[in-house]
Amino acid sequence: MIEISGLEKNLSGNMVLRGVSLKIEKGSTCVIIGRSGCGKSVLLKHIVGILKPDKGRILIDGKDITLLNERDLDVLRLKIGLVFQGGALFDSMNVGENVGFGLIEHDRIPQVEISNRVEESLSMVGLSGISNLMPADLSGGMKKRVALARALCIKPEIILYDEPTTGLDPISADSINELIKNLHDRINITSIVVTHDMRSAYKISDKIAMLYQGKIIAEGAPEEIQVTKDLVVHQFINGLAHGPITEKLRLL
Amino acid sequence: MFDNLFIIIGRHVISFLYFVGGLANLTIKTIQLSFSPPYRKDRIFEQAKKTGLGSLPLVSLIALFIGFIFALQTAYFMQRIGSELYIASLVALSIVRELGPVITALVVAGRVGAAITAELGSMQVTEQVDALETFATNPVKYLVVPRFLALSLMLPILTLYADAIGIFGSYLICVFRLGISSSMYLRVTFESLWYKDIFTGLFKTIFFGMIIAIISCYEGFNVKGGAEGVGRATTRSVVFSFIMIIVADCIFTALFYFIFP
Ligand SMILES: Nc1ncnc2c1ncn2[C@@H]1O[C@H](COP(=O)(O)OP(=O)(O)OP(=O)(O)O)[C@@H](O)[C@H]1O
Ligand SMILES: [Mg+2]
Repeated sequence: MIEISGLEKNLSGNMVLRGVSLKIEKGSTCVIIGRSGCGKSVLLKHIVGILKPDKGRILIDGKDITLLNERDLDVLRLKIGLVFQGGALFDSMNVGENVGFGLIEHDRIPQVEISNRVEESLSMVGLSGISNLMPADLSGGMKKRVALARALCIKPEIILYDEPTTGLDPISADSINELIKNLHDRINITSIVVTHDMRSAYKISDKIAMLYQGKIIAEGAPEEIQVTKDLVVHQFINGLAHGPITEKLRLL
Repeated sequence: MFDNLFIIIGRHVISFLYFVGGLANLTIKTIQLSFSPPYRKDRIFEQAKKTGLGSLPLVSLIALFIGFIFALQTAYFMQRIGSELYIASLVALSIVRELGPVITALVVAGRVGAAITAELGSMQVTEQVDALETFATNPVKYLVVPRFLALSLMLPILTLYADAIGIFGSYLICVFRLGISSSMYLRVTFESLWYKDIFTGLFKTIFFGMIIAIISCYEGFNVKGGAEGVGRATTRSVVFSFIMIIVADCIFTALFYFIFP
């Protein structure tokens, strides 16, 4: 279980998170929605401990990760996979070395087994047989899927997806959604998915949470969110140009 | 008006202290991690190949020309006072004690240091450094330590090589242009060079290598603002490396002069 409470973060004078509280049950999929620049990626980076909060706590399976020392944090990190928004593939390594990175660095397992695991992860995202290409030779959507394969390869208990389907064609996007759903149904992975695609959000989530002005302003099952009375959430999920979100901006 | 001046000066002082603190912090972390397992010999070796072998052509070229130039410049005065023979000792001492180490360090700072900053900087802006951390890999251990060890190991070796090439350049001028006999030239060279000269020359380059590695990695990690930021950091890295190498050289020279006269 992931439990975030009162998380605050100031990045170069900009109060990005102003008290985020969110609970994600073990084995469930939570979708986080919110406008561009509202701090979704920043929130995910706190959960893997790349960014340290100014205030607040993040409990993962009861352990406060902000209090862990470097070694314990590393142990925890190997149970969490983060798919970066931009992929963040290591461009000095080929696809195979990228995907197998976690295994090569940390596990003493034979080369053959590593390449099997790499191939398996790549085929899960529909990209078998590209181990020898370099990241620079891939399309944007392929990079994104390789990044996903890299996160899957260490067999994490928690996966954080930062916009996994943005920039993918509709068919690949849907197969990624299927994959997320499968991991949830079959091996009971806990997932947090940041996405702008509401259709995917309804399809894969157990819970949807909306981040707005540094706080979670609404959370609930997809059916509840769909029929929300909250005008801000309503404007966002229906993608309306006019409403309270844009109204406030004009007043500022 | 003076208020403003104070604010501007204050801001510069603070950012300078911040910079020095950052460098010191990175140095300590790097040294600690250099001595903690796992030791990745393959990564050190790979970096050593990149920095050492890769710099050979440029270092050769520059050292050779420095040898030519230095021989001709000293010849101008030595011929006036009729002591051409001493060209050999003057050139050998200057190259081994000073020119070889510093020129090699500056060449490596310009060539390798800049490349390190650009590489680490673009890794930083594309979140690859963060990605390393998510795989429980310490970026300092993974990226800085191999470069730090490789540079502080390769710089003395490159310097020794540059010394030899520089002396060879001067030899060519003296023997083929100034008519000094080959055996005479070599004898004077080796007589005037003591172990101490070679040792002090090489010893400081270990530190020059560390300076280049730390500054270029620090600048790379602290890139802000995309491609433009990478460019700016690369310039800063080379400029600061140059300054620090010269300052360190001055300190070492003074130390050696007063402590081991
Ligand atoms: N390293 C940083 N330094 C300073 N400010 C930052 C940094 N990273 C993010 N920010 C700021 O934090 C805010 C939130 O950024 P974040 O990347 O989390 O947005 P996001 O919700 O993921 O947006 P998008 O949907 O476009 O990816 C932005 O206003 C951004 O300017
Ligand atoms: Mg984002």
